[in-house]
Amino acid sequence: MIREFTLSEAWFLVQAVRWTVLLAILAFVGGGVVGLVIAVLRVSRRRLPRAVAIAYIKLFQGTPLLMQLYLVYFGASLLGLQANAWLAAALGLTFYTSAFLGEIWRGCIQAIPRGQWDGARALALGPMLELRLVILPQAFRIAIPPTVGFMVQVLKGTSLASIIGFAELTRTAQMVNNATFRPFIVYGLVALLYFLLCWPLSAYSRWLERRLDPVHLAPTKLAVQ
Amino acid sequence: MSYVFQFGIVWQELDKLLLGTWLTLRLSAFTMVLGLAVGILGALGKSSSSRVLRAITHGYVEAVRNTPFLVQLLLVYLGLPSLGLRLTPDQAALLAMVVNLGAYATEIVRAGIESVPRGQIEAGRALGLKPHQIFRFVVIVPALRTVFPALGSQFILVMLASSVVSVISAEELTAVTDTIIARNFRSFEFYFVATGIYLALSLAFQAVFAVVDRLLFRRWSAHT
Repeated sequence: MIREFTLSEAWFLVQAVRWTVLLAILAFVGGGVVGLVIAVLRVSRRRLPRAVAIAYIKLFQGTPLLMQLYLVYFGASLLGLQANAWLAAALGLTFYTSAFLGEIWRGCIQAIPRGQWDGARALALGPMLELRLVILPQAFRIAIPPTVGFMVQVLKGTSLASIIGFAELTRTAQMVNNATFRPFIVYGLVALLYFLLCWPLSAYSRWLERRLDPVHLAPTKLAVQ
Repeated sequence: MSYVFQFGIVWQELDKLLLGTWLTLRLSAFTMVLGLAVGILGALGKSSSSRVLRAITHGYVEAVRNTPFLVQLLLVYLGLPSLGLRLTPDQAALLAMVVNLGAYATEIVRAGIESVPRGQIEAGRALGLKPHQIFRFVVIVPALRTVFPALGSQFILVMLASSVVSVISAEELTAVTDTIIARNFRSFEFYFVATGIYLALSLAFQAVFAVVDRLLFRRWSAHT
């Protein structure tokens, strides 16, 4: 029997947004923690940590997110864990997110002028404190716009979790479509919902970027310098 | 761990995996060419003097960049038939990928065009070049040269994203891998090998783009 696509079906889709958002937050937090480690290893003075970070980034940026999700999903069941879509989706997206955030943040850390590193070293803080007290706070400021921009990629990436059976927005759309068979309306609405999640982040990221870019500062401000 | 890995049977399916690799390569190559063409048109639209054209291209770029590729793909494959456009899985996959890449390429090419100094265009005009000549010799080639590395990264991302088209069973590496697994249930082994092939493909693309950048654009810059 084919169900009508009514407001209650639409509301069902809207409610599924929370799983997409929750998964994106999990991936972003997990990916942020691991990504910070990767970024710090990537700018290490020693060769081995650097090589490990480069290999990690190349591996996860050079393979499809879908394959990463499959491998975590099927790999977990091989390790004797119950094959769990939540775990696989969160873990797979964490790998993916951390590789990209690690690379983005590396760029931000390396954008800090050499003089700041030299100054920090002159204070004899040691490598960890140097990073924590001098470099990272400055890198943080320039890292915000691209990080917010990447959150859009994470949100969109969560849609692939539907393929391993995680019931987020896209998966729910498939279920609603199977019942109502109105693919154009269902997927059109789903696309709109993703757009409403992602577009504000894109616009905010662009706005932040413009604000940090000295070219767009008022001429009077530049003249003072 | 009680599971016994059997990578031996991967060799038995090697011909299928190679075929899948070829199909992914072909799909990606078509997408790159067509997507870049869409990107150049889009960039033209974005820098056009017509407000309507600018609004349309802006809407296209924002709509595509802020929705997941998977949803775009399902909308093309399942949604378009209700508008009277029925596509095979392969056609739907190619169309969705071109539409997706086209939006990103539009932004990248537009950035390249903006990086061409206005004085160059005025100089072209002063030399009596026609508008299409100015576009071809003064604007687009230097613009593409500037943004070629960014385009290359986007091409690799779209090649990796092509694995998603297996959900509508369009023919490429992931779909072929799925078919093999449906017969022998060796999911981990075959996805592992497919992942390795994708990694090799993206490293190969990186190397090829670096060579192309060097041969094509360095030579052009030596002439101009």
